[in-house]
Amino acid sequence: MTAVTTASAGSVSHADPAAHTPPSPRGKGKPRQDRAGYLFLLPWFIGMLLTVVPFFASLYLAFTDYNLINPPQWTGLDNFRDMLDDPVLHQSLKVTFVYTFVSVPLSLVVALGVAMLLNRGVKGLPVYRAVFYLPSLLGGSVAVVLLWKYVFGLDGIVNGFIGWFGLTGPGWTSDPDYALTTLIILHVWTFGSPMVIFLAGLRQIPAMYYEAAALDGASKWQQFRRITLPLLSPIIFFNLIQSLISSFQTFTQGFIMSGGTGGPAESTLFYNLYLYQQGFSQFRMGYASAMAWFLLVIIGAFTALNFFTAKYWVFYDN
Amino acid sequence: MSITVKEPPPGVKPKETEDSYLERQGSTRRRRFLRHVLLCVAGAVMLYPLMWMISSSLKPSRLVFTDLSLWPSEWDWGNYAEGWTALEQPFSVYLINSAVIVVLSIVGNLLSCSLAAYGFARLNFTGRKLFFTLMLGTMMLPGHVLLVPQYIVFAKLDWLNTYYPLLVPNFLATNAFYIFLMVQFMRSLPKELDDAARIDGAGPFRTFWSVIMPLCMPAFATTAIFTFISVWNEFFGPLLYLTDSELYTVPLALRQFIDSEGQSQWGQMFAMSFLSLAPVIGFFIAGQKYLVKGIATTGLK
Repeated sequence: MTAVTTASAGSVSHADPAAHTPPSPRGKGKPRQDRAGYLFLLPWFIGMLLTVVPFFASLYLAFTDYNLINPPQWTGLDNFRDMLDDPVLHQSLKVTFVYTFVSVPLSLVVALGVAMLLNRGVKGLPVYRAVFYLPSLLGGSVAVVLLWKYVFGLDGIVNGFIGWFGLTGPGWTSDPDYALTTLIILHVWTFGSPMVIFLAGLRQIPAMYYEAAALDGASKWQQFRRITLPLLSPIIFFNLIQSLISSFQTFTQGFIMSGGTGGPAESTLFYNLYLYQQGFSQFRMGYASAMAWFLLVIIGAFTALNFFTAKYWVFYDN
Repeated sequence: MSITVKEPPPGVKPKETEDSYLERQGSTRRRRFLRHVLLCVAGAVMLYPLMWMISSSLKPSRLVFTDLSLWPSEWDWGNYAEGWTALEQPFSVYLINSAVIVVLSIVGNLLSCSLAAYGFARLNFTGRKLFFTLMLGTMMLPGHVLLVPQYIVFAKLDWLNTYYPLLVPNFLATNAFYIFLMVQFMRSLPKELDDAARIDGAGPFRTFWSVIMPLCMPAFATTAIFTFISVWNEFFGPLLYLTDSELYTVPLALRQFIDSEGQSQWGQMFAMSFLSLAPVIGFFIAGQKYLVKGIATTGLK
């Protein structure tokens, strides 16, 4: 502590010559460096306590019955058995899986497509990029989900547009068959942030690769397949993992669209929304913790699957 | 100590010659034109919902769903005045609450994350690699696993219905993404700066504060804008921890519009919705450079 305060006061302390010589990795300088390092990390260490302790606490709670008032009761695997028999939980898993596995690939494909269109030296690139990127900053906000609810509402503009063709649109938000589709479209609308990352990646692919391929008579498709995709694969990999993790945890969209119920007919009951209902409306904290850990295992499994298959499809150029 | 260092070259260099090559290659004037048409149509589709929201906020409620044109046939500025007072508290209360939380969160993230980042990027201490790996690990950890125990802790501390659960974690560098962003940036600064500062007699804290911090402004700007947008939009935390309407943030306030749906005051709802998005759009326009650079560098390792 003293070392830091004297130094920060800017005074040159002659009593301590070690302060002037660059410390060697081993030996005299090391404890000083240790102390400074830990001081800089002090807030982070305390913050880690707020992460590590709850991490294990929720694992413990997953095996208990706890309602916040009485002390937790150890119930063994009961919570997990209940999860097996809980049809609502199965429904929420289904909603989350359908949402994730439709909207994530779809938005990544759109993001890559638009990025490639923009990468060809388009005039006005900053304007286009801004227009496509902006929605991804707004997509998670309550205001936009509310807006979506009315854009797709029974008399909303989407059905108005469908009406031009003499057709009658469905009740997008009131029909259980369409409510989730509405949210998938909202997700695709926010393709801007993976797009910006793709765009930055595309700009790093040297143009001479394409030049050489074109000279050898490679078609556009072959160039895409053999140059763009492999060189972009680390970025596709990054975007895929990021999108999967966040999509599995979707909450606000389902909550606002249904007013917190997950309706109509549990068609927007995302896993995290059901977890919230169980934990914070029913106060089944043990059950909610068990659910949280189950989702963690699912996310972990998909992330691990990505990492294991990465060596077959992700190409690192070094 | 006046050391001036040019901002390090960003990862994405403009490649004039290569772009013009790509443009030449298979890109006639007609194709270029078609591409612009395609992009403009796509852009219009993307922005249409937002335009519709703005236009609906200026129409009388009865016309929101009957008048499909974007240009209101009948203007009603009253939606803003009536929407302002339509909820339990005047809308200014929610705006101020959100602003207070956002400003404090930005300060907290900048202070705590830059300290941690300097430690990781520049100081050599026992266990650094291990802690750094741990930090990266928390970046991938889904927050919902920590939810129940954190709620219990905050309840035991009697922090429910206060801003502490929303603010304190930001002062404790719990957002690994920002630490990572700053570490990447600090590593790109020349090491000689630290050596020069040390030879001049500066300890690690002074080096951090007077030499490194001023050079990190681009990374700080990125962090501040990202924090602003995510905290401003944050719904789950306030929903969980705030129960008094005087403490509500803007997203919680907007939620009241669904509860009072029966009244069908759509014009007011869209007016307040637009007000809630306007600061984000404003910050986006002002800070676009930092946002794009920020997410591009984190994606490109």
